[in-house]
Amino acid sequence: MSTFWSLWIIGLTVISLLLITWVLFANRKVAVRDDEDPENRTTGHVYDGIEEYDNPLPRWWFKLFVGTLIFTVLYLILFPGLGAFQGVLGWSSVGRLESEQKKAQQNYEAVFGSYAKMPIEELADDAAARKMGMRLFANNCAVCHGSDGGGLFGYPNLTDKDWLYGGTPEAIRTSITNGRAGAMPAWGSILDDENLAAVSEYVLSFSDQNANKALVESGQPVYMQYCAACHGADGSGNMALGAPNLTDSIWLYGGERKEITYSIRAGRANVMPAQKDKIRKEKIHLLTAYVYGLSMDEE
Amino acid sequence: MSNTRSYESEVTPQYNYLVVKQFVIATILWGVVGMAVGVLLAAQLIWPVLNDIWQPYTHFGRLRPLHTNAVIFAFGGCALFASSYFVVQRTCRAPLFGGFLIPFTFWGWQTVILAAAITLPLGYTSAKEYAELEWPIDILITLVWVSYALVFFGTIVKRKTSHIYVANWFFGAFIVTVAVLHVVNSAAVPVHLFKSYSFYSGAADAMVQWWYGHNAVGFFLTAGFLGIMYYFVPKQAGRPVYSYQLSIVHFWALISIYIWAGPHHLHYSALPDWAQSLGMVMSLLLLAPSWGGMINGIMTLSGAWDKLRTDPTLRFLVVSLSFYGMSTFEGPMMSIKTVNALSHDTDWTIGHVHSGALGWVAMISIGASYHLIPVLYGKTKMWSEQLIYTHFWLATIGTVLYIASMWVNGILQGLMWRAFNADGTLTYSFVESVEASYPGHFVRFLGGAFFLTGMLVMAYNAYRTISEAGDEKPQAKALQQDGDLAEA
Repeated sequence: MSTFWSLWIIGLTVISLLLITWVLFANRKVAVRDDEDPENRTTGHVYDGIEEYDNPLPRWWFKLFVGTLIFTVLYLILFPGLGAFQGVLGWSSVGRLESEQKKAQQNYEAVFGSYAKMPIEELADDAAARKMGMRLFANNCAVCHGSDGGGLFGYPNLTDKDWLYGGTPEAIRTSITNGRAGAMPAWGSILDDENLAAVSEYVLSFSDQNANKALVESGQPVYMQYCAACHGADGSGNMALGAPNLTDSIWLYGGERKEITYSIRAGRANVMPAQKDKIRKEKIHLLTAYVYGLSMDEE
Repeated sequence: MSNTRSYESEVTPQYNYLVVKQFVIATILWGVVGMAVGVLLAAQLIWPVLNDIWQPYTHFGRLRPLHTNAVIFAFGGCALFASSYFVVQRTCRAPLFGGFLIPFTFWGWQTVILAAAITLPLGYTSAKEYAELEWPIDILITLVWVSYALVFFGTIVKRKTSHIYVANWFFGAFIVTVAVLHVVNSAAVPVHLFKSYSFYSGAADAMVQWWYGHNAVGFFLTAGFLGIMYYFVPKQAGRPVYSYQLSIVHFWALISIYIWAGPHHLHYSALPDWAQSLGMVMSLLLLAPSWGGMINGIMTLSGAWDKLRTDPTLRFLVVSLSFYGMSTFEGPMMSIKTVNALSHDTDWTIGHVHSGALGWVAMISIGASYHLIPVLYGKTKMWSEQLIYTHFWLATIGTVLYIASMWVNGILQGLMWRAFNADGTLTYSFVESVEASYPGHFVRFLGGAFFLTGMLVMAYNAYRTISEAGDEKPQAKALQQDGDLAEA
């Protein structure tokens, strides 16, 4: 803050407080006690039949006002408020935050530190660690993945064995730490309706025996040309790319014929946000173990 | 004294009551509409399926600004226009100044309200709380407001009394300050007819917004309504105002301190520490000046307390002062940083706003309207006093249910959000606090429904009073009413 603005703020504040104090004291009628002569004089003005008494300020009210004025002055001496003057206590909101963070670090370092050294597989079986992981999950992940980790349309289910980017402890840790960006290109401008219908039927045939035989047959070459590079010739997907397995009846965006055609025509874009700047490494370690544990529970 | 005697002997001037009548009717109409939307919003928080009545127009996010604009600027605004036009004429002993500007303020303001009711559900918003309307409407507001100032201050200039009555100080401060607040906060760069971007950015934008936002409360909803209080309380009680000294001190202190209080909406934010501190101490300093108005109103009744037993209109006015005193105590407390750390973003804030909005603003507007309607339409009293009692209880119970449930919810949410486990993780996820809030939200819905029902009772009572204005036998009706009352 420049000196000018600092002085501007100090000046305005001090002048305002002085003026208020002056108005208060200038209108204080000390001669008349408010318990004396209650029905005393009126001011003599009449407005539409309304008169005004000339009673003094109630004493308790006057004292309340003076009390808050004294508090204001003391507060502005102790704490930042008067422009660039930092207050004699040296308090600042950033300082407060940092001291609380430091305190938290000290308090919780021991807890998180001991878990940080344990391998994920072991942590996933530790009841206390799982409980902490569950709380972290509830506060950071449940909004998208559901409080049970069961996922929703567009948000992967974390409790099954079907992984887009891999279900090993390290793959899960990477997904949480750095996030993931899945992109299914839109084929609507390249494939006409006929080919879209055919290739959709072919994709459906991986998991559905009742697919239309003729369409499946004409869809096969289209699939090989456009889809196989990522999803594999057998439709089993590719975890290195995050290309989903199409053969297992688990669908992120729905497995109805219409939904599959939509995904192919319009494409899909999906983002798992990176957590590394939000959640400390030790906590991500616990979260990884919790999520890993979720998928292990099925057995 | 000799001066006042000569005024009383003068012939009463021909006051302009048409615009007052129009604004009183608009007050009741918009009160019913705005509060009905509020009850719908309260219901949506309990039964989210109600969002789907007509998507996307009936979504909570679109109706919420409609509710706040309708109750503050349509209901509250019309009450202020009606009462200030009525009071300024009678206390200045001069008819309204301004000619065509007078009807323009009425029809212009109604146009603003209609434009808000159309554009907000359509999703046009500048995204500034209580200042959501887009720039063409903002310009119309400015024109109406300048006309309002000309009419009001023109009448003051034309006055036949030597002094200016205290109610008019408050109305005047409210009109001038709201003009400044509106113009500065709504400054924006238009992109096209329905979209603009704020002239400010970052923390400065937030600061300007809450400088506006808090003084919309301070000047629109406090100073303006204190103007109403200073006329209708002594008038209805038939007693002199308690202390002229107190009026002077609390007026100047109130208007000079309120303008500093905005930053308390931005505690623990990117706003610099010095601004947060100043916002906090100035809010605490507001306690005494705010209470000055309450003391002056309540003490005016000393010696006439018995009237509360027989005058339901006076009850509205006194209860409104009690809620005013309560919420102006609560406000400074909530502005203390440590308290704010608990209350911020919780339902407590909503409860605080409504103890002011329902308990103070709505109650005093209702009381003033019950005083005004018979006077304006040449009747001795409202069509049914019994219905005023009914309305009084509906409104009081509704307000108490509303604010009590929001206190409980607010403290519950604040405590749940800050609860930590021994391992440093949060005890509750956000959605658990939402689940825990359902009972409170239901009680709030009931409170709102009570209050809305009261408004409908008032609308019916006003309709009967007005439609029988030309009735040949008002006297007989009044007598019969007295009989009813005696039995009750």
